[in-house]
Amino acid sequence: MDLFEYQGKQFFAGFGIPVSAGDVVSDVDDAVAVAERIGNYPVVVKAQVQVGGRGKAGGIKLADNADEVREHATNILGMDIKGHTVERIWIEEASDIAEEYYASFTLDRARKLHLGMLSAQGGVEIEAVAESNPEAIAKIWIDPVDGLTEATAREWVEAAALNPEATDGAVDILLKLYRAYVDGDADLVEINPLILKPTGEVHALDAKVTLDNNASFRHEWDEYEATQERDEREAAAHAKGLQYVGLDGSVGIIANGAGLAMSTLDVVNQVGGSPANFLDIGGGANADVMAGALEVINNDPSVKSIFINIFGGITRGEEVANGIVEALNRVQINSPIVIRLDGTNAEEGRAILEPHLSESLQMQPTMLEAARTVVALAEAR
Amino acid sequence: MSIFVDENTKVVYQGLTGSQGRYYGLLNRDYGTQVVAGTNPKKAGEDVEGIPIFASVADAVSATGANASCIFIPAPGVRSAVMEAAEGGVEFIVCITEGVPAQDEAWFYNDLQRNFPQVQLLGPNCPGIISPGKCNIGITAGHIAKEPVDGEHNVGIVSRSGTLTYQALYELKLQDIGVTTCVGIGGDPVPGTSFIDCLERFEADPATSAVMMIGEIGGSAEEEAADFIKSSMSKPVVAYIAGQTAPAGKKMGHAGAIVSGGKGTAAAKMEALTAADVRVGANPTEAGELMVEIVRNL
Repeated sequence: MDLFEYQGKQFFAGFGIPVSAGDVVSDVDDAVAVAERIGNYPVVVKAQVQVGGRGKAGGIKLADNADEVREHATNILGMDIKGHTVERIWIEEASDIAEEYYASFTLDRARKLHLGMLSAQGGVEIEAVAESNPEAIAKIWIDPVDGLTEATAREWVEAAALNPEATDGAVDILLKLYRAYVDGDADLVEINPLILKPTGEVHALDAKVTLDNNASFRHEWDEYEATQERDEREAAAHAKGLQYVGLDGSVGIIANGAGLAMSTLDVVNQVGGSPANFLDIGGGANADVMAGALEVINNDPSVKSIFINIFGGITRGEEVANGIVEALNRVQINSPIVIRLDGTNAEEGRAILEPHLSESLQMQPTMLEAARTVVALAEAR
Repeated sequence: MSIFVDENTKVVYQGLTGSQGRYYGLLNRDYGTQVVAGTNPKKAGEDVEGIPIFASVADAVSATGANASCIFIPAPGVRSAVMEAAEGGVEFIVCITEGVPAQDEAWFYNDLQRNFPQVQLLGPNCPGIISPGKCNIGITAGHIAKEPVDGEHNVGIVSRSGTLTYQALYELKLQDIGVTTCVGIGGDPVPGTSFIDCLERFEADPATSAVMMIGEIGGSAEEEAADFIKSSMSKPVVAYIAGQTAPAGKKMGHAGAIVSGGKGTAAAKMEALTAADVRVGANPTEAGELMVEIVRNL
């Protein structure tokens, strides 16, 4: 789960990382009120969207007085940035910047250790630095059992060749950032830029945080969860507890298991079709889950045909077939359906489906044949 | 032969008294697995259909000689369940539970490496392992796997995906090809057992003639496996990578299945595997056909 910048800053502040004083608002009068409360112009008005390139799109503006805050807030709220509508803006005190750095922690899956990256070249895309000048990024790998010690952090800061004036402040922030990453259950924490002020203080000017949804049971993340940007289809599926990702095509996909669902997308693409979604209904495939999945797919206007791809493991073919039949009785489906049912007791399952087959409910023995049929049906409509 | 588990493996189920643990633990016993014990500190002395419950893994090990554990404990308790199993003295731990925080996985993976190097963890978030005819630990439907046949060419399977593992077992069964062991390593960011751990053992297992490998987008485990195959494997390998058409930056159900910044793409993985002389199928069916062709020509 990706946090908005303002949430990331509040998250960082909770671990004692210095961030700029500010607040998030969703209307113009409140924006002016926050700026007046900060009381120290200029302030920065920043669009809160989960997409890069806000600055270039005009979503970040400096304001020297209340009138300018009003003007910028009016322009930015409601603005469209790469398909994301700006619903909130963050107002913060502008910072004087002497130098810009980069700092992050994430998991190195290959080494199975935490990876810390620190660079004196911040403020720009770190991927570009990694490409053009990889030596400019000081990396350390941290064993989670050992954690990050102050001595290691100090060596690391020295290796990154930051301004010596920034050393103490950077060490302090990195230790806190590591705690935020581990204790906060983040997949990624990133500060870009981490700034050195002319006065010598080190400070997080931005905050990028991705939280590990699996750890939500030990945190209070309801507010983050409530503000997630989801399209309507994803929100509906999420409410039913389904693993759904919206895509751009016309073939609705229902499969059991993430691997099989991905594989179904592949095969549909390979025969010239385009999937409307990824939907994993998990192992059980009972009538309730199937009906819920069909409802979500059916409400998607871009869906022209539906591919149900089920492989029975512990759940037997007849249970799956009964689930499909019952779900079809409950939901009025607008698009033709093609079913591929294989695995445990597939024949018994197919026998249950047989009497229900028609032009709009077909069955095919293999994934590939089912994919060809469902794509042809989508194209014919 | 088989890898990791066989007819002598004695398994203690952590969470046998819960609904999932009971359901699959009993199915595994019906299959023929030596399900010797369950644990639950509040129910020590009771039993589940004749399987004795102990307060801890250590108690179960000393009373029954269990040498493997299977974890069905809910995600919040997994970190301590894994360490309890290692401290209790088992050498093979299968963690079925999904939804375990990545920070916990990274922590216990490294703790095991350092303090319990003899312990092999499989999972979390995996379907388990089956050596057909000998031992089935986890949620795989045993009857979709064909037992290996002496004197014939049998196949080993290693997979990151659950349902695709079943699909592979089933297709080989339809083709009358036996399986020595099928290992589901799971799709999480820090899997206890890697492709390489399994490939190494399949290479050394005289009963395994070829290996089927099923990967997914995300991470670099398939690329690392490709390097290993190139340098250290003589047996033929067939692979399939799911998620060839998944859009970048989208999470596809598994914590592991995500492509970001052009890294971990199916194309890169397929290219690395092809360069290591692995036959790569465009879809599961094609991978199955490639395996049949290879086995028939051995």
